Amino acid sequence: MIVLGIESTAHTFGVGVVEDRPPYILADKRVNYVPSRGGIHPREAALYFMDNAVKVLREALSEAKLSVKDVDGIAVALGPGLGPCLRVGATIARALATYFRKPLVPVNHAVAHIEIGKLLTGFKDPLIVYLSGGNTMILAFSDGRYRVFGETLDIALGNFMDTFVREVGIAPPYVVNGVHKLDMCADEGKNFINLPYVVKGQDVSFSGLLTAALKLFRSGVYDLRDICYSVREVAYTSIVEVSERGLAHTKKKELLIVGGVAASKVLRTKFEVLSMLRGVRLGVVEPKYAVDNGVMIAWTGLLALKHGVSVEPERAYVRQRWRPDSVDIPWMS
Amino acid sequence: MDELVLIASGAEANLYRGRFLGYDVVVKHRVSKPYRDVKLDLMIRRDRTLTEAKIMLLAMSLGVRVPTVLYVDLENSIIVMEYVEGVLLRDYIGLVDEGVRRAYLELLGVYVGKLHKNDITHGDLTTSNVIVSSNGSLYIIDFGLSKISNDVEDKAVDIHLLMRSFESIHYNMSKELLTYFLRGYRSVLSPNEVNDILNTVKEIRLRGRYVEERRVRKS
Repeated sequence: MIVLGIESTAHTFGVGVVEDRPPYILADKRVNYVPSRGGIHPREAALYFMDNAVKVLREALSEAKLSVKDVDGIAVALGPGLGPCLRVGATIARALATYFRKPLVPVNHAVAHIEIGKLLTGFKDPLIVYLSGGNTMILAFSDGRYRVFGETLDIALGNFMDTFVREVGIAPPYVVNGVHKLDMCADEGKNFINLPYVVKGQDVSFSGLLTAALKLFRSGVYDLRDICYSVREVAYTSIVEVSERGLAHTKKKELLIVGGVAASKVLRTKFEVLSMLRGVRLGVVEPKYAVDNGVMIAWTGLLALKHGVSVEPERAYVRQRWRPDSVDIPWMS
Repeated sequence: MDELVLIASGAEANLYRGRFLGYDVVVKHRVSKPYRDVKLDLMIRRDRTLTEAKIMLLAMSLGVRVPTVLYVDLENSIIVMEYVEGVLLRDYIGLVDEGVRRAYLELLGVYVGKLHKNDITHGDLTTSNVIVSSNGSLYIIDFGLSKISNDVEDKAVDIHLLMRSFESIHYNMSKELLTYFLRGYRSVLSPNEVNDILNTVKEIRLRGRYVEERRVRKS
């Protein structure tokens, strides 16, 4: 079985083609919308996607040496994400499915991050820590679904990091050579300054930390590098702590880190320490597939299609706030 | 104190069982976490140990059953408390029939209501932090994230966490459990207080990054 998948939830428009046998990935093409200042402007990103979609689709098909006729299904990320961006991918997927008479497979973007992570690490039933610009969640499979065991009560970790470095004037760009500006700045600091450390049960919260850190910065008393170090320490540690709580609670033996923020070396080291401490296996998705891509959508679409999941094109609405714990996962049982 | 036996290794503390002054006790030792900055680590462990011990004593004085605190060592982040023989509410819920379930959930509602009425929030209220003891009493444990707070937000977080433990572990009876719990909870707090708290729970749930229900701005 071969499935083509389309990703367009935020700043990446990606098309992937996968097959149900090794080497699995037949094509992986993507373009990224990079704002010249500020964060992602949804409409600007969507316009950029429209300009590039056909090119990316053609390149992916030619890399896979296939035509749309040869695939068994069209998968598309219908959410969660930014509405205008989601609609570009959804429109193209609906058109392809209708014109070529292929089943259209709805894919939840968060579930796709988990499934590609499992494919690449070989993990079967991990505790999942999903960290990206728009998402911060601790999940684990239980009775048919990925259940949310903890999440941010306000802003996501990536969003928090981006906002902080932007407000103190060292970004954009937010990431240089795969390293986030917060990590760069924090690597130079060493004095820990007390900041609000918020863990509520298995949830975290970053809005208070952001306000307090910016207040410290504006007071002009502290070295920015020490503030960065302290901010990073508090933010990362709270995530690792709730992950540890998740492990203690679910008794899972594998710990899988997915999403764009998984690239941070310091965070990775903290998770390595945690995995040794609790005697669990650690899997961190390689940066190429930790960030948004079409391959993960295609792969999850393939798993779903094998279990008869598809949607009529006229009913394939985008869902900006689609929670992963509302999606049945028939391929896990 | 003689031989200690490790009985549980939780997320932030090791629990040992032993004898102390002739009592059957649990020794809760908050261990240092090598993944955090040393200064942050010391601060977190000391603060949580102190708060936990203080609030357990306070809870007890309000008639909420918690293990009796016998000794506190702040420098080493250690609390020695009464050992409660029993089973976690989390495991107990599925084993008993509806009447028993209702009685315990209502009692839990009363206990949490008493805590909230006195501005104590638990901070990690789940069915894994409640013990049904062998003699049938209900104990609330693990006050490590608790605090004294009159902020409706903190009380709402307690309810939100408890609801989520219903939804994630006891998903096929979560509505039923919540109904019983609220019956006890409402018997202690005034209708206005309960409404404020439950409205804030709703708000918190909508604040999560991705929720299906739309946020509607109040005009």
